[in-house]
Amino acid sequence: MNIKSQRDFFSGLMFMAVGIAFAWGASGYTIGNGARMGPGYFPLVLGVLLALLGAVITFKALVVETIDGERIGSFAWRPLVFIIAANLVFGAALGGLPSIGLPPMGLIVGIFALTFIASNAGEEFNFKEVTILAIILAVLSYAAFILLLNLQFPVWPAFIKA
Amino acid sequence: MELFDNLALGFGVAFTLQNLMYAFIGCLLGTLIGVLPGIGPLATIAMLLPATYALPPVAALIMLAGIYYGAQYGGSTTAILVNLPGESSSVVTVIDGYQMARQGRAGPALAAAGLGSFFAGCVGTLILAAFAAPLTELAFKFGPAEYFSLMILGLIGAVVLASGSLLKAVAMIVLGLLLGMVGTDVNSGVARFSFDVPELTDGIGFIVIAMGVFGYGEIISNLSKHESERQVFTASVTGLMPTKEDFRNMVPAVLRGTALGSLLGILPGGGAVMAAFAAYTLEKKTKLRPGEVPFGKGNIRGVAAPEAANNAGSQTSFIPLLTLGIPPNAVMALMVGAMTIHNIQPGPQVMTNNPELFWGLIASMWIGNLMLVILNLPLIGIWIKLLSVPYRWLFPSIVLFCAIGVYSTNNNTFDIWMVAIFGVIGYLFIKLGAEPAPLLLGFILGPMMEEYLRRALLLSRGDWSVFVTRPLSASLLAASAVLLAIVLMPSVKAKREEAFVED
Repeated sequence: MNIKSQRDFFSGLMFMAVGIAFAWGASGYTIGNGARMGPGYFPLVLGVLLALLGAVITFKALVVETIDGERIGSFAWRPLVFIIAANLVFGAALGGLPSIGLPPMGLIVGIFALTFIASNAGEEFNFKEVTILAIILAVLSYAAFILLLNLQFPVWPAFIKA
Repeated sequence: MELFDNLALGFGVAFTLQNLMYAFIGCLLGTLIGVLPGIGPLATIAMLLPATYALPPVAALIMLAGIYYGAQYGGSTTAILVNLPGESSSVVTVIDGYQMARQGRAGPALAAAGLGSFFAGCVGTLILAAFAAPLTELAFKFGPAEYFSLMILGLIGAVVLASGSLLKAVAMIVLGLLLGMVGTDVNSGVARFSFDVPELTDGIGFIVIAMGVFGYGEIISNLSKHESERQVFTASVTGLMPTKEDFRNMVPAVLRGTALGSLLGILPGGGAVMAAFAAYTLEKKTKLRPGEVPFGKGNIRGVAAPEAANNAGSQTSFIPLLTLGIPPNAVMALMVGAMTIHNIQPGPQVMTNNPELFWGLIASMWIGNLMLVILNLPLIGIWIKLLSVPYRWLFPSIVLFCAIGVYSTNNNTFDIWMVAIFGVIGYLFIKLGAEPAPLLLGFILGPMMEEYLRRALLLSRGDWSVFVTRPLSASLLAASAVLLAIVLMPSVKAKREEAFVED
């Protein structure tokens, strides 16, 4: 059996898996009946519905012809990894990672780290340009979020403040 | 006339210095993100939501609304000058707008888009003001069964709007509803699907989902495409004034676009994108006047009609939100979030409990439209300059603003870890061709739907027929069935796919 639409096939599988997972999870809560619904009732119905929809989508992907096979294509690993990593490092800079003893580094360090990591996701990386961009973003963010909007951020590394 | 009293109240609120300023900031930001391809009103509003905590509710909503309709203006500039839709609602403007620019008629094209949008915006605001009161009356007749059926209609509407496979859109809605189930159940106090993570007992933040899926997911997908050659027609924008002949072609097109856009905006699932598509299709069907340029070759009607329609649609889509409390599209779903932040329960009671907010918001839309014409026509040079900012400077900034926005919602790094997960999921959705907008709508409506379903069935002692025996509920369900049947008809199905292939 060959797959007629790769995208639909895998999205169908995804819907099925998620639907079954939710339905299975919901069955652990009180279901109740129509008149007195328990916390499990609605999610169970939805989970089963999603699994069924997923099954139909997967089935259609195996049967209905498409022109180009609707291939998923290759994943853009570079942007994916760098954008997500930039986000994670920014979070670690703001909150610190107590589990490995990393103290909070604050907003400014976070902005520089984020800008440098995220810029790697693009096609070209020019050190000077990225540095200038990071400085501009740091100054603007400090002015807008800390001075103007007065949001509560750790701005500088914890050990400097202490 | 009560309407004029109400509008007078509204203008009184909107004309305070503070609210004028926030309307201006909203319009400015809206134009900015409208002009920049790759960032839309959805991500921007999600980003700014936390920042509105500190503002008074009227100012916050005025600003957020300004971003939405401002983006409709800005999107046309990019469409005409760069051959790229700055906003998804400007996709069809690209076809004729860019051709006009190539023929050295970028000025009249921009003017047609700007003036058409302004006219449509004024009409849309008036319709919003006129229809709000009677619809609110109707809303008070709604019981839980009616609300549940209305949400079904809204979700079906969202499916019709989604591009690509219907089944996948339905599945995305159900997935959204399920994600909405995460967190503490209001009736039993059971923490559902929270895996003993304390942060998850409050549910997944919808800002987290919106930013992850729409912000990061889109950026990653944009970066995977190679930078296409951009050709900006900066030098050729001389003389904005359309000719007499242009006006003769433009005026009826703007009128048709406005009418169609206003109608499609009110319908659940409708909004700016659908309106623009429908208006362009309608213009293509009307006969060409002798000597008129054919469509696709730079016909001014192909710019004026969809631009009028998308602006009218973006204004009237506030009607279901403000009167019934049901968001008709994903941006309006975010507005629900904005209202909840300020302890305003969206629904018919907004008009009676917060009249200054309700009418102030409506009045501010008219003022905002006036600001936008000024921002977009005489000051067009600034936006053209902005278009030359390369994406490699933009995307790190967008990533940063997303991250700051997410963190500041709860001052909690947990949300940052979550947004990373949803960023990956969002990219996966794009790769799998599953459109994420219905998911967000489902996510917002999920808990509401469950609650209304519960109440309806509790009142009927578990009898499901309550949904079809109550006339209002039955007609809403019938409307959903008709809507679904229309989309499934083979001829319409083919047309619909054709319409969406153009983007």
